[in-house]
Amino acid sequence: MLDWLLGPLQYEFMVRGLLAASLVGAVCGLLGTYVVLRGMAFFGDALAHAILPGVAVAYLIGGGAQGPLFWGGLVAGIGTAMGIGAITRGGQIKEDTAIGVIFAGMLALGVALISTARNFTVDLTHFLFGNVLGVSSADLRLTAVFSGLVLLLVLAFYKEFLVISFDPVLAATLRLPAQFLRYLLLVMIAVVIVVALQTVGISLMVAMLITPATAASLLTRRLPVMMLISSVIGAFSGIAGLYLSYYVNVASGPAVVLVASALFLVAFLFAPGRGVIWSLVLPRRRFAAAEAQGTNESRSS
Amino acid sequence: MALRSLIHKSVPHQAGAPVVEFSHVSVRYNGEPALDDVSFTIPRGERTAIVGPNGAGKSTLLKVIAGILPTSSGDVRVYGYGAGGHICIGYVPQRTQVDWSFPVTVADVVMMGRVARLGLFRYAGHKDRQLVRDSLGQVGMLHLADRQIGELSGGQQQRVFIARAMAQEAELLLMDEPLTGLDVPSQEAIFAILDDLRTRGMTVLVSTHDLHLASDRFDRMMLLRRQLLGFGNGAEVLTPANLNRAYGAQMTILPSVGGSLVFGDTCCEGHDDVEEHHHA
Repeated sequence: MLDWLLGPLQYEFMVRGLLAASLVGAVCGLLGTYVVLRGMAFFGDALAHAILPGVAVAYLIGGGAQGPLFWGGLVAGIGTAMGIGAITRGGQIKEDTAIGVIFAGMLALGVALISTARNFTVDLTHFLFGNVLGVSSADLRLTAVFSGLVLLLVLAFYKEFLVISFDPVLAATLRLPAQFLRYLLLVMIAVVIVVALQTVGISLMVAMLITPATAASLLTRRLPVMMLISSVIGAFSGIAGLYLSYYVNVASGPAVVLVASALFLVAFLFAPGRGVIWSLVLPRRRFAAAEAQGTNESRSS
Repeated sequence: MALRSLIHKSVPHQAGAPVVEFSHVSVRYNGEPALDDVSFTIPRGERTAIVGPNGAGKSTLLKVIAGILPTSSGDVRVYGYGAGGHICIGYVPQRTQVDWSFPVTVADVVMMGRVARLGLFRYAGHKDRQLVRDSLGQVGMLHLADRQIGELSGGQQQRVFIARAMAQEAELLLMDEPLTGLDVPSQEAIFAILDDLRTRGMTVLVSTHDLHLASDRFDRMMLLRRQLLGFGNGAEVLTPANLNRAYGAQMTILPSVGGSLVFGDTCCEGHDDVEEHHHA
């Protein structure tokens, strides 16, 4: 067992990959709780795809070097986050429509740009599905710095993010800078997406944002606990996914997402009190509880 | 811009000014008038009911007082100053506006009221936690402090939001349809809390569909249908002429022994309610 665990660690690229995958998993899980609670899954998916043009431009200019890709993606991600925020603010266009338009347009632009390069397919595959084993020491440093920054911001603005997510009217009557906080959250999601780009790639990004958080939401009814569980599930998925990829020889990005999906399924089936199995085993108790609640006081409205 | 907007300085209160003062306030929503030339004054400590048919502008009025909805014209003053700067206004939203599955406990919700007083980068201290416990105690909800909010009954949920306004140190409490769908004991529990708040000078505005409760249990009532049709006690406001202007075909008024009998056949959220009011 120990040999099995230590085996991959003899390769430096595996060590770097494991560190990157666990960091990315943890920070995606953390911020993912807001994505899930605020119903922004589609936004997260769109934003991930919308960074492709930025990555593509950096790729063409930098001749394939890794460093500039991060910054190109960051500029495109923050720009798109602000753009979607601004378009939907006026209420002229529905939010999901605006997101859809920007999402498809940016993806097309990104693929078009990359298609002008020679190693088109290989590199596009890396962008779309990740290449965590190609993480360099410099990449790892950037990942650590930006993950730390996001964690600090979540801690610093915890109570404000909680209020704007739970009760926007309260946020307004408390005169919180709701607009600023909303943009800050969008930018933080953009940063996390860029950080996770090398690990899972654009196409599977949304899974890292919402799958651990959704699983965690089934296991607790307290936000801080949900954030912790979600981060742990994310980090574990990153590590276990890489081992899976090493021993079973499947692509690393999909392996990470598959582990997270499997954990979600376990939570969905077995969550204490709320899982599907639970309701099959104890249908009577559930029914009785619902009955008691119904007669207790009218909750019908 | 961003940094300055992060630091909020609360607006002061002008001594002797009415708690709420509207002069010729109009609000338009996408070109449609929601409030039309509304003027009134509410003194400190008074409990006012806002009644009127669906779409009359009751929620709009509350949001304008809270300073979260802009007016098209006219002047709104809270304690003598523009409404938008105050953090002493507690707002209890309609129950359908709240995500009850959100992973927060009763105590978490009440603590949210402290956020503005705490300010940025500061966490709740002993004093804040004590205030949250006191507020929950006053609404009789301390024993459920650790429950997730979705596990409460409708009346309990309303009481938690009142406790949140107390923790906020609110001096003006706005409640949007808090009585709708509650049984009589739950309504009475809320009135008992409102009586208690009155002794401490809290000014309360409540929107409701229940004309009977509005005329019986409040100091004054406000009859609204985009315009302010009546403002005063039940007998002054609920005249057949006013009711006809407010509800039109939605209501039938029959003369009966000792007054008139009023039937309303439309009400909130698809329920068919019959209101009865004896007008001396």
